[in-house]
Amino acid sequence: MFASFMINAWEAGTVVAIVAGVVGFFTVLRGEAFAAHSLPNGAFAGAAGAFLIGANTIVGLGVFSLAGAGMIAGLGRRARSDVATALTIVLMLALGDLFLSRTGEYAPEVFALLFGEVLGVSTSKLAPTVVIAAVCIVAVIALYRPLMLSSVAPDVAEARGINPRVMDLAFLVVVALVTTMAVPVVGSLLIFSLLIGPPAAARSFTNRPPVAISVSVLLALVTVWMAIAVSYETNLPIGFFVGAISAFAYTVGRAWAAWRQTRGRQQHSVRDRATSVDRAEPGAAKAATADAYDRGQS
Amino acid sequence: MLAAAPWSSLFEPGFFTSEPVRIALVVGAIAAVVSGIVGVFTVIRGQSFAGHALSDIGTAGGSAAVLVGASTLYGFVAFNVVAAGVMELIGIRKPRGRDLATGIVLGASLGLAALFLYEDTISSSTTGATVNVLFGSIYTLPPGITTVMAVLGAASIALIAVLYRPLLLSSVSYELAAARRVPVRLVGGGYLLALALAVSMSAVAIGAILSTALLIGPAAIALRLATRTGVAIGVAAAVGVFACWTGTLVAYDSTVWAGGNGWPVSFCVVAVIFVLYFASGVFSRLRANRRRATAAAHETALRPLEAA
Repeated sequence: MFASFMINAWEAGTVVAIVAGVVGFFTVLRGEAFAAHSLPNGAFAGAAGAFLIGANTIVGLGVFSLAGAGMIAGLGRRARSDVATALTIVLMLALGDLFLSRTGEYAPEVFALLFGEVLGVSTSKLAPTVVIAAVCIVAVIALYRPLMLSSVAPDVAEARGINPRVMDLAFLVVVALVTTMAVPVVGSLLIFSLLIGPPAAARSFTNRPPVAISVSVLLALVTVWMAIAVSYETNLPIGFFVGAISAFAYTVGRAWAAWRQTRGRQQHSVRDRATSVDRAEPGAAKAATADAYDRGQS
Repeated sequence: MLAAAPWSSLFEPGFFTSEPVRIALVVGAIAAVVSGIVGVFTVIRGQSFAGHALSDIGTAGGSAAVLVGASTLYGFVAFNVVAAGVMELIGIRKPRGRDLATGIVLGASLGLAALFLYEDTISSSTTGATVNVLFGSIYTLPPGITTVMAVLGAASIALIAVLYRPLLLSSVSYELAAARRVPVRLVGGGYLLALALAVSMSAVAIGAILSTALLIGPAAIALRLATRTGVAIGVAAAVGVFACWTGTLVAYDSTVWAGGNGWPVSFCVVAVIFVLYFASGVFSRLRANRRRATAAAHETALRPLEAA
């Protein structure tokens, strides 16, 4: 499992997981799941186009995902953001279809781009991945405060002079960079699952952003490492395990949040009852109990 | 849509005498009408992601069906109905959280699709399976698809028709609908079921790209042009059929200038939709300007009266 040809896979997976954990936190916070799906999925058109004109795959992916980010932000000025994103992914996929029709030879590569071929990561692919990953992390650190504010309290951010459109575009550019970095090594499905699953699970465990980001990175790392190991042992595609583990993490997160909420509610109702009994108002205890029961039912 | 190439070399005769073209036109029109009707609600409710995701989620069902030797269509329908159920079960009302639930279901389903497609390629060693299941083709339709499409499409439209008023109210204002004792969750679930049926049908028949394009594009155009929902639904269906037919024609003609290897239908239809989308944007802006000008003129005309 740790043979020399696997080292690149472990390194690439680790780098991608760290970046996905950090950027994914903001993806979930901002509700940009659709963009996180569209940019990696549509960017394969750039790879097919690059193949067509004999250019570097990473250049093609970069150009297309950045253009896609610009288009989502641009169309989003005059339309709902989900409609803008849908139109963007449709155009990117259609262009990919056009490029594929120009050359039949590229079709088998599509599976690798979509679902990932982490075991085939070459050292030459690893270098740009690490460089772009570093750029992404630096960008998120630089944007941290305005990005956080505009994600959580858009009104306050605007009052402080943070342009929401600029923030939106900046974040989409970061997602485009993540796409460019991750798609050649792990595929678009895998990076999408990592951008959504672990961060969403992390948010169910804690409300404090720095803690949530750390948990998110940790979960993403565990997901990727487990997926590489199991994929190596079973010889099945890694994308399946990443998707399954991410969904499982989210389910556990939701169950945890739901359990904590019910427990909180029960403690509340016990306290309510105690105070109303203390006040010794006739019928108050009964009313409080009925009230608590109603809340428990709903 | 790689199949456009062999098709154009096989059927040299005219556009209207070619049997595959005729089937493509009929199938495209059915998909466009159903997608247009369902799509208006998808856009109003802000559920474009779910609409697109279902076309991708279906590929897991489609590839599973290939594995067990069943029809792709049943796989699409079964997976999409289950996926729509899970999305509704997670049941988050805020659009942000709802997109997240969609994303989780999509990620897990695509993982399954990766697994099934991998098994498919091992068992049948056809590398084209990925592209075909993912993108579909209007020219490689499963046999008897038009009947099944018509049935599924009719079921979807019937569901929308039954739910029409409560669905519209809960789409425009969830709170108002809830206050009026509309069973909002039931209505939302019914709508998702209609969406799942419509998307399965169109994704199998015309591919995932066109499925999303015809669901969102014409509806977005129609909602820019029309203010009343009933009118918007009609406009969306008409725009969808127009885009589909024009795109098919352009793709057919493209064999002439593309040297025998025609452009894919999906690209041509999407191109037509984009032209119409931008045209509708210009139109609605001009109309808004004119309304503003008329309002200003009214104001200046009334001012002397108010002064007096």
